[in-house]
Amino acid sequence: MTDHREESHEAFTSNLPQPGGIAGALMPVAGFGVTLRNFFRPTVTEQYPTTPANVQPRYHGRHQLNRYADGLEKCIGCELCAWACPADAIYVEGDSNTPDAQFSPGERYGRVYQINYLRCIFCGLCIEACPTRALTMTNEFEMAGPTREGLIYEKHDLLAPMEEGMLAAPHPMAPGTTDTEYYTGDVLRTTPEQEAWVRAHRPDDETLPENQPVREGHIPHSEQSGPGTPTPLGAKRFINGTGGGI
Amino acid sequence: MSTSADQTPATTDLVTVTIDGIETHVEQGTLIIRAAEQIGIEIPRFCDHPLLKPAGACRQCLVDVASPGPDGNLRAFPKPQASCTMPVTEGMVVNTQNTSEEAERAQKGVMELLLINHPLDCPVCDKGGECPLQNQAMSHGRGESRFVDVKRVFEKPLALSSEILLDRERCILCQRCTRFSQEIAGDAFIDLQNRGAMQQIGTFNEDVLGFDGYGPVGAAAEDETGNAFSSYYSGNTIQICPVGALTSASYRFRSRPFDLVSSPGISEHDSSGSAIRTDHRRGKILRRLADNDPVVNEEWVTDKDRFAFAWQNLADRITQPLVRKDGELVEASWPEALAAAAAGLTAAIGKTGTPADKKAKGVGVLPGGRVTLEDAYAYAKFARLVLDTNDVDARTRWSSDEEQAFLGASVAGTGLGVTFAELEKAPTVLLVGFEPEDEGGVVFLRLKKSAGRQKVFTVASHLSRGPEKLGATLLPAVPGHEASVVASLKGAKAAYKDLRAPGSIIVVGERAAASPGTLTAVEALAKRAKARVAWIPRRAGERGAVEAGALPGLLPGGRDAAVTAARNAVAKAWGASSLPNTKGRDADAIIAAASAKALDALVIGGVDDSDLTEDLLKAITNAKFTVSLEVRRTAVADAADVVLPVAPPSEKSGTFVNWEGRLRAFGTAIHTDAMSDHRVLDLLARQLGTDLGTATVDAINAELASLGAAATSHRPKAPAEPTPAAPKKSGGTDGELVLATWHQLVDEGALQDGEPYLAGTGRMAVARVSPATAEALGLHGVITVTAKRRGAIDVPVAVTEGMVDNVVWLPTKSPGSWVAQQLGVQPGDTVVVKGAAS
Ligand code: SF4
Ligand code: SF4
Ligand code: SF4
Ligand code: FES
Repeated sequence: MTDHREESHEAFTSNLPQPGGIAGALMPVAGFGVTLRNFFRPTVTEQYPTTPANVQPRYHGRHQLNRYADGLEKCIGCELCAWACPADAIYVEGDSNTPDAQFSPGERYGRVYQINYLRCIFCGLCIEACPTRALTMTNEFEMAGPTREGLIYEKHDLLAPMEEGMLAAPHPMAPGTTDTEYYTGDVLRTTPEQEAWVRAHRPDDETLPENQPVREGHIPHSEQSGPGTPTPLGAKRFINGTGGGI
Repeated sequence: MSTSADQTPATTDLVTVTIDGIETHVEQGTLIIRAAEQIGIEIPRFCDHPLLKPAGACRQCLVDVASPGPDGNLRAFPKPQASCTMPVTEGMVVNTQNTSEEAERAQKGVMELLLINHPLDCPVCDKGGECPLQNQAMSHGRGESRFVDVKRVFEKPLALSSEILLDRERCILCQRCTRFSQEIAGDAFIDLQNRGAMQQIGTFNEDVLGFDGYGPVGAAAEDETGNAFSSYYSGNTIQICPVGALTSASYRFRSRPFDLVSSPGISEHDSSGSAIRTDHRRGKILRRLADNDPVVNEEWVTDKDRFAFAWQNLADRITQPLVRKDGELVEASWPEALAAAAAGLTAAIGKTGTPADKKAKGVGVLPGGRVTLEDAYAYAKFARLVLDTNDVDARTRWSSDEEQAFLGASVAGTGLGVTFAELEKAPTVLLVGFEPEDEGGVVFLRLKKSAGRQKVFTVASHLSRGPEKLGATLLPAVPGHEASVVASLKGAKAAYKDLRAPGSIIVVGERAAASPGTLTAVEALAKRAKARVAWIPRRAGERGAVEAGALPGLLPGGRDAAVTAARNAVAKAWGASSLPNTKGRDADAIIAAASAKALDALVIGGVDDSDLTEDLLKAITNAKFTVSLEVRRTAVADAADVVLPVAPPSEKSGTFVNWEGRLRAFGTAIHTDAMSDHRVLDLLARQLGTDLGTATVDAINAELASLGAAATSHRPKAPAEPTPAAPKKSGGTDGELVLATWHQLVDEGALQDGEPYLAGTGRMAVARVSPATAEALGLHGVITVTAKRRGAIDVPVAVTEGMVDNVVWLPTKSPGSWVAQQLGVQPGDTVVVKGAAS
């Protein structure tokens, strides 16, 4: 049989129309035209890290564990996020709320909550799994550090900042409410009873109105971590509130 | 699969039924749901449980049924039928949800009804992820809810006991829990209460439930505290509850099924060898469940088997060897600790090669009763081969030479004897020194299965709750004089007549050893009545220790250490020229000898000094040297000179021999670098210049297999202890009473440490006396019991009808009543009882 490959050995000719004249003569340097044109356009190069990075609003960044309006945690320690995680990056241990230590509305709260950012692939499946909308994602992406341990973020690293009207957990639920009222958003801020409880049990609590420095809007995250909670490695946090997520 | 029908189609008790178009032959009386299972058709269900009687409570298993009428034509039932209550009949045609739209519609409807009041609790519910309701709602329910109204709410959770929590909102009223507690455990502590939408599972306590005009359906069986009885088996209800309505306080919110690694195992808590499943997460045990083993524990375990595992990993767990330096125990490396242990033991056995050797007095070995077969074998071999002594005794409890002869003659190396199944079928059972509930655990459940069909007699001081639930007849005996009661069973005695029914069984417990002549009398009775004998000790390692020869007078396989031929046979197998031929001391004698400085050193395994009437700590102090092989930093470990850490049961493999003689091998659940006793002893022997050959479980089992059971001529002679004379009728007003005592199942045993929820279900410690004795001594309120040793026991008195006069009963190790340690006496001894100074 004849070998077709040998037979089809022909020189390449383009199908495009070949310009002639001046255009044809300038062909070899035509590419510089593109450069010249863009000289006069606004620049899109990001000057990160000298200026903040510009990410999309729904960017999948570091997680955040949200709070209800009175400061109780939304996380119930159900481990559904850990279950959903394809990278096995989340570790949760639940525990019982008690009258002396009520961290979230209802019976159960997340006692241990860890996300290992060496494993997390930022897919957001955990966010979809969370039944209480406790877990959302912020726009923060600056997570680097010198140690492996430092990249396992603990619950206190992930908890949302305290906002106006919130008291740090644990404290009792608003009088006369159940977890349903919390879930439906009917609890709008702390009640005097809750403040009185915290005052009686933790008079030095930074989130009590009398202990707060005069402030506007959010307090910076660095002031969040209560006494004794070490600021973790790699904890250079963005202060963009509850950003991102659902 | 069509069962055995293929081979024997002509058998009349097989009926032919067609399920989803598949024809099958099943035994007469088979329920439709079981017949469907046999051909691989799954019908959804909640209340159906193979070990409980059919109830038809949940209606989830509805199927279309048609059966031939009198005219032979197939007639369909007008409505779908519950397949879990209806037995198949000849020619029946069943269409399940797979082939019948009507059945599927009915099942979907039932599911919708069950979910009407069901809370949206899955994220906070302990059952989530392994919940039959979740699963079957997905597979057989509607995708979307149509329910828009307000759901019924209950206060949650309700504590039924310190361990068992009930969430009534999640309950689907299948009644598995109530049926279990009535049919299987015999403790009716919960029942269906109220009617209609407010129908709920509940205790009989009006204060707990808002009865709102309804009263509880019955009265609670109350204990001395006035509370409803805490059942010893209540944990099983958690496991069979098809929803998350019943949960345990100890496992509450601890993990999810996908976190858990499940390892099959054998319970270390009693001699039944119940199959369990250990669920652990990251090397930490979170819960234990009953495994299904139809020949042993079926699907049930005691609460102790289920909940008592925390002891293995308490803060006092030893992970590094400890060596005493300048009076303090300090951590040391393994080579250092082994060298120190070897040096101390070499001096004690007189092998140092110095003149001091002449004064060496030897070593005593106390392996403890919780060892595996392999560990017991290693201790036995270590004592004989390395330490050159017969002073080894695993029976750290009340024991006797008579018992040793009995064990050697009729228990060791006899293989599988009386079995659970035989116990269940026996027409008559005589219990001697054995409490089926407190000391037997799942043994009680087997006897309970036959309650009403089986005659039970118990030789005891009074009818305790276990035998009472079995409908047993009390053969009253003063502790220490059980022998005369057993010996009197002959001729026209009713119990004797019943015992002569073929298949009858005499169960004798470990406490018989504390009553002289009892085991002899039992053997004689068994011969007279042609009944069989089952020896049921309490601890998991007892039978294994007997098999392995970890008793002073017994070598492996039931060989008598006093018989030269038996000794030589074992010596040959062990590659030794001879074995020690001195008479070995038993545990009490070892401790007494060490206390009297007649022994130089002790090697002690898992022994709790508070279980012993002799003072073990004094013995350790007086002995020159003590090596302790321990899991935890116990009082014994604290007093020892070298402590070698050993693995708890979850971190090792091995074999427990249960009371039937069944080998219950188990694998390692959690892999750590902790070593079993047999491996540590092997290393220690090596340090002492002997190859013990007990490094692995396989090596030991190969050796045990090659040794085999003893020839009859190598065994000890059956015991021939005379029956002691009848007790003198003392009592009187001097307050001297005879002590009766046994361990309650849930008490303060060392293996129940660290589990407060379980401890809360234990029965209260009371002193029991007969009405006449109470009257004679004026006993009421809190009474004081004293004896020869140290302390006194102050407990409330409970006047017990039908109890033998001039006897006082105390729990052996319940809160406030540690008989061995506080009184230093054994059952049958005299104690002094004084009423409250009123
Ligand atoms: S973050 Fe959400 S999903 Fe994860 S444990 Fe908490 S409540 Fe559950
Ligand atoms: S019982 Fe089952 S279905 Fe009900 S809340 Fe618990 S996990 Fe969900
Ligand atoms: S508590 Fe559980 S086992 Fe008992 S009736 Fe309710 S669902 Fe059934
Ligand atoms: S399984 Fe048949 S009625 Fe419940």
